[in-house]
Amino acid sequence: MTEDTVKYLPLSKPKIGISGKTGSWRIFAPEINYDKCVKCYICVVVCPEASIFIENDRPKIDYNYCKGCGVCARECPVNAINMRRER
Amino acid sequence: MMSERKVIIDTGNSAVAYAVKDAEAKVIAAYPITPQTTIVEKIAQFIEYGEMDAKMIRVESEHSAMAAIIGSEAMGVRSFTATSSHGLALMHEMLWYAANARLPVVMAVANRTLGPPWNIWADWGDAMADRDIGWIISWAANNQEVYDFTLISYRVAEDKRVALPAMVNLEAFVLTHTSMPFEICGKEAREFLPEYDPIWKLDPDDPVIMGNIFSPADTMKLRWDMWESIKRARKVILGAIQEYNEMFNRDYEGLIKTYRMDDADYAIVSMGTIGEEAEVAVDALREEGLKVGAIRINFFRPFPREDLVNVLNSVSRIIIIERSASLGAYGQILQDLGPTILLEKLQVDVNDVFMGIGGTDVSYEDIVNVVKRAIKGELKTLYWYGSENW
Amino acid sequence: MVAIRDLAKMEDLLLKGNAACAGCPIGIALRTTLKALGKKTIMFVPACCTSVVQGIGPGAAISVPLFNTAFETAASVASGAAAAAEILGKDVTILAWAGDGGTYDIGLQAISGAAERGDNVLYICYNNQMYSNTGIQRSGATPLGAWTTTTWTGKTEHMKDMGMILIAHRVPYVATASVGYPDDIYDKVRKAKEKKGFRYIDILAPCPPGWRFPSDMTIRLGRLAIETGFWLLYEYEDGELRFNGYTKLVAEGKKEFKPVEEFLRLQDRFRHLFEPKRRDDILEEIQRWIKERFEWYLSLAKI
Repeated sequence: MTEDTVKYLPLSKPKIGISGKTGSWRIFAPEINYDKCVKCYICVVVCPEASIFIENDRPKIDYNYCKGCGVCARECPVNAINMRRER
Repeated sequence: MMSERKVIIDTGNSAVAYAVKDAEAKVIAAYPITPQTTIVEKIAQFIEYGEMDAKMIRVESEHSAMAAIIGSEAMGVRSFTATSSHGLALMHEMLWYAANARLPVVMAVANRTLGPPWNIWADWGDAMADRDIGWIISWAANNQEVYDFTLISYRVAEDKRVALPAMVNLEAFVLTHTSMPFEICGKEAREFLPEYDPIWKLDPDDPVIMGNIFSPADTMKLRWDMWESIKRARKVILGAIQEYNEMFNRDYEGLIKTYRMDDADYAIVSMGTIGEEAEVAVDALREEGLKVGAIRINFFRPFPREDLVNVLNSVSRIIIIERSASLGAYGQILQDLGPTILLEKLQVDVNDVFMGIGGTDVSYEDIVNVVKRAIKGELKTLYWYGSENW
Repeated sequence: MVAIRDLAKMEDLLLKGNAACAGCPIGIALRTTLKALGKKTIMFVPACCTSVVQGIGPGAAISVPLFNTAFETAASVASGAAAAAEILGKDVTILAWAGDGGTYDIGLQAISGAAERGDNVLYICYNNQMYSNTGIQRSGATPLGAWTTTTWTGKTEHMKDMGMILIAHRVPYVATASVGYPDDIYDKVRKAKEKKGFRYIDILAPCPPGWRFPSDMTIRLGRLAIETGFWLLYEYEDGELRFNGYTKLVAEGKKEFKPVEEFLRLQDRFRHLFEPKRRDDILEEIQRWIKERFEWYLSLAKI
């Protein structure tokens, strides 16, 4: 009966990392200085890649997917994020 | 609220409206264009006077009409639209969308000439331009077929083995605005047409994303699936027709209708009302001792290759009568029948006759005239009826 | 106004590792929009960058149902879906999410039809003022003087005012927003969610490759656009036009718009207005237009 039904549909399922480990795209990587960080979580909200998450109250970068845009560093109100050149 | 099964005398457009009502379509989106207008007007009346429980979206163009019912069908709701001529041409992009998204919408097309010049009369060119897309396409010859084919179209389109949209063609004014008796099935139609159960739909409980970018290789498989599905549609149509015949006392043969073909030497091949008129011509020709038969293609897509081969392999000449032409090539029926003749190695002469284009009237006398000349070998292979006088 | 800390903890329905450029405003606008709308959302997305951001099938970077549709049909497909949702009795937000190309230009007819009919659709345009997906060509939303790949020496017409067009349709809710203020986006989307009928939000979305600026400046430019009056922040609700944020402060006379040059200078799409020589004629026209447009909006706000 499998030959008698529709087999291929133009449908996709939700997937994290659909374009691969997009962390490989970056040239600069953000580094959070937790001494300065006031846990306002602005970086979590503004990250265009949704790649900053909260763990044990701290914002943490998901380096698998962070594309290194630098928006978090630019928007951090206490300058706690530094964009370090990776390559 | 649902009507009982009964015979009424009404126009082809009303037949569409009754079928949509009896199919319990729930979303109708349409834009007015002559001569489709009274289909939508009647459905609007049904809804507003409480005879039909559905939503009508009075869209601002035909393109939006097809887009809107694509949206509602994707949500899992049986939907409908109707158009004609320029409206169908405007919708063209979205016909691809419905087919490739595997959404079994049903649409009635009042076949009308495209301009310029302005012309509101019957011509098959509008629908013919869309025959490649993957829609199930039928052509009605009378108002009973208009009604029946619409219900059958829903049944076939929504079948899980098919999942492709369907188009029912009825000729401008000849059927749309002509009254004749036909039976409507009322609530019994739902015994033939089950609840729409989509093979996919948009539902937050099970999120799917439809139609983002797919690779060429994957896309080819998607198209192949459509090819296989419309091929399968032939047996789905036959099964549906058989069940319909039993339930409602019809005697549809299948994808084609044959008339006096058993001992025919010559076959007239046509569609729609011209195909039915050809049967009258057959009787007249038989009176003169010419063994002519008629074949009417009911379902043009999937193209009924096997059905036609079975019935054509014993004739010496086929006279195709077409109400449209693929300019620069042949008539579209010949374009689709020709390969069959070639591949099956049928030894047969063919005439491709263009009649009724632009809405010109076609009477059985015209058909008799043409067939007699064809049989005598006096007709060009590609012939525009009457052009010797132009 | 939603607190940033709360916004930070909401579930992400736009998934990371997608195909968007680094610093793409979709990542802020859509992310925030979906946080405001939640899982009971069905998206209708015409051809635009979001079509590509989803990535290549059979996977996609989004976890709500999404129907990719033809360019001009965001509003028309959504209208049909809204009718179906009502028939099914489904409690769901029908979201049409489109770029400015599919909104201001090719999609305008369908929007006007849906707005006039009052179809129950939330239409959000994320506006980077050009046909971004096809390679930075000019659209009806492109501002005067901007470089695009079809206006190499700068666009010679001002941008279309889509907000005003929707206000003229007298729909229940029209708002502008900017990725410079994600919390404002959240609030407006949440407000629009609770309303019925055709609701329209136009989110200014600075685009690094299209506007030519470093990828970390997306939000900064989103704010500067408001502070210079280049983009206005307002809501039209229940027949009343009200300003928000910095725009409101200027309307109340508490602040002034910064010179638009401060905004233009940071984007290379306007570089030819400063180098090799200053184009004062165009710069003054932009500044004049900003003043004139705001005065017109001010007069409407009084009614």
